[in-house]
Amino acid sequence: MGEEKVKVVDATGSFCPGPLMELIARLKEAAVGDVLELLSSDKGSAADVPEWVNKVGHEMLGSAEKDGVWHIRVRKVK
Amino acid sequence: MKILIIGGGMGGTILANNLARRLHEELHSGKARITMLSASERHMYQPGLLYVAVGRMMPDELYRDQRRLLEPGIEFHVDPVAEFNLDQNEVRTEGGKTYAYDVLVIATGSRIFPDAIPGLAENAEFFYTEESAVHMFKRLQEFQGGRVVIAVGVPHKCPMAPLEITFMLHDYFKDRGILDKTQIHYTYPIGRTHSLENVAKWATPEFDRLGISYETLFNMKEVDGKGKVVRSEEGTEAPYDLLISIPAHKGMEVIEKNGLGQSGWIPTDRHRLNMEGRDNVFVLGDTTNLPISKAGSTAHFEADALAENLAALVKIGAPVRDYDGKVFCFIEAGKDRATYAMFTYQNPPSPKPPTKAVHWFKMAYNKLYWASARGLL
Ligand SMILES: Cc1cc2nc3c(=O)[nH]c(=O)nc-3n(C[C@H](O)[C@H](O)[C@H](O)COP(=O)(O)OP(=O)(O)OC[C@H]3O[C@@H](n4cnc5c(N)ncnc54)[C@H](O)[C@@H]3O)c2cc1C
Repeated sequence: MGEEKVKVVDATGSFCPGPLMELIARLKEAAVGDVLELLSSDKGSAADVPEWVNKVGHEMLGSAEKDGVWHIRVRKVK
Repeated sequence: MKILIIGGGMGGTILANNLARRLHEELHSGKARITMLSASERHMYQPGLLYVAVGRMMPDELYRDQRRLLEPGIEFHVDPVAEFNLDQNEVRTEGGKTYAYDVLVIATGSRIFPDAIPGLAENAEFFYTEESAVHMFKRLQEFQGGRVVIAVGVPHKCPMAPLEITFMLHDYFKDRGILDKTQIHYTYPIGRTHSLENVAKWATPEFDRLGISYETLFNMKEVDGKGKVVRSEEGTEAPYDLLISIPAHKGMEVIEKNGLGQSGWIPTDRHRLNMEGRDNVFVLGDTTNLPISKAGSTAHFEADALAENLAALVKIGAPVRDYDGKVFCFIEAGKDRATYAMFTYQNPPSPKPPTKAVHWFKMAYNKLYWASARGLL
């Protein structure tokens, strides 16, 4: 899995539109199967990104915090 | 040094004027030269469209002659760029001319792209262009009550517009005496009523107080014009009698066609504002890919930082400051009250309760904008 090419979406320091909106916009541009890694400095992202991803039906691949930045990996499924 | 600015909107105009003041001597002596290429001889104050949509401003109030907004010494041509040849440091225009540069600034803005959602363009009212805002007002006038749905695409410029149009519609229907026959239903792409948490904390109880219903985690998938219903990616439906939408945006087609950035968003360094991988190409305003609000104030503060840096480049050969992510947005909370939000990459906003004074300040700013575009504010 670590071999996949991952598109990084750097939304650190984004209060408006904020990390989830950035992810929604970038996912629209991505191809089915692409993996996006969202970087967020908002701890709320750890909960609200998976909530949306699961509701819409994309795939959550993992979420980890490193030095105050959350790295959230999502695969576009449809 | 030849500085070439593409786009005569908010970002390009404020940059050009600010720079011309800083480089007064250098422009005179020929050490520096500023050229602007744009797609229109008129400059539109886009925030005014919100008021046009509810019949409180006339479209002709939104325009000024672009040439007259510019400081003397700035060369201006209405000749849109068709090709960016960044390796050759030149652009080619639709008129067939080639312009060479030492420093290029791209500020071509963004546009609504309703075609991404099936059925949206045919069935919704918009207010992000002059024509659509006038059309929307006429539809509002004919409207005699029913269910009004507000649907929002991502990304969009002016992050406050979804809330503002909702509150303004509420007051419009109230003034018309049809509020009791009208249900306003607000939808929003993420899990709260606004991307700014503190703004959402204020807006949600306002919606409750005013009887405006809302649905969060709602991303438009398609509009069924016959069945009069908007369906969301999340699997829900919003039936409507009148659909008002802020569709998802793209950057200009010329940006994407020239391979400068997917969907017309140019990868941009968040502090220096140079295009990633290019030292002499800078990007301003809506067309950056930065994760901050696509707003006139963003373009303005970016232009301030960039003007200082480009002037320093001419004078001492090095930039002097970083853009800190500053954004300032007014938020109209109805027809006579407003508040505002200010934030940077580091500091979140904390908006205050709306007041009449802030609303009147915004009304004054609608006029003061022209001083700001001239670089006087
Ligand atoms: C309804 C509405 C309400 C808004 N309200 C607010 C608000 O309250 N506060 C706020 O801060 N912002 C608001 N905005 C957003 C604000 O208007 C934009 O974010 C701002 O204009 C962006 O500036 P810009 O310089 O990036 O692009 P623009 O101002 O759009 O300028 C782009 C320029 O590029 C030119 N151009 C396009 N293509 C080419 C080409 N190929 N070659 C050369 N030139 C080209 C165009 O002619 C234009 O002059 C609102 C916008 C709308 C539509």
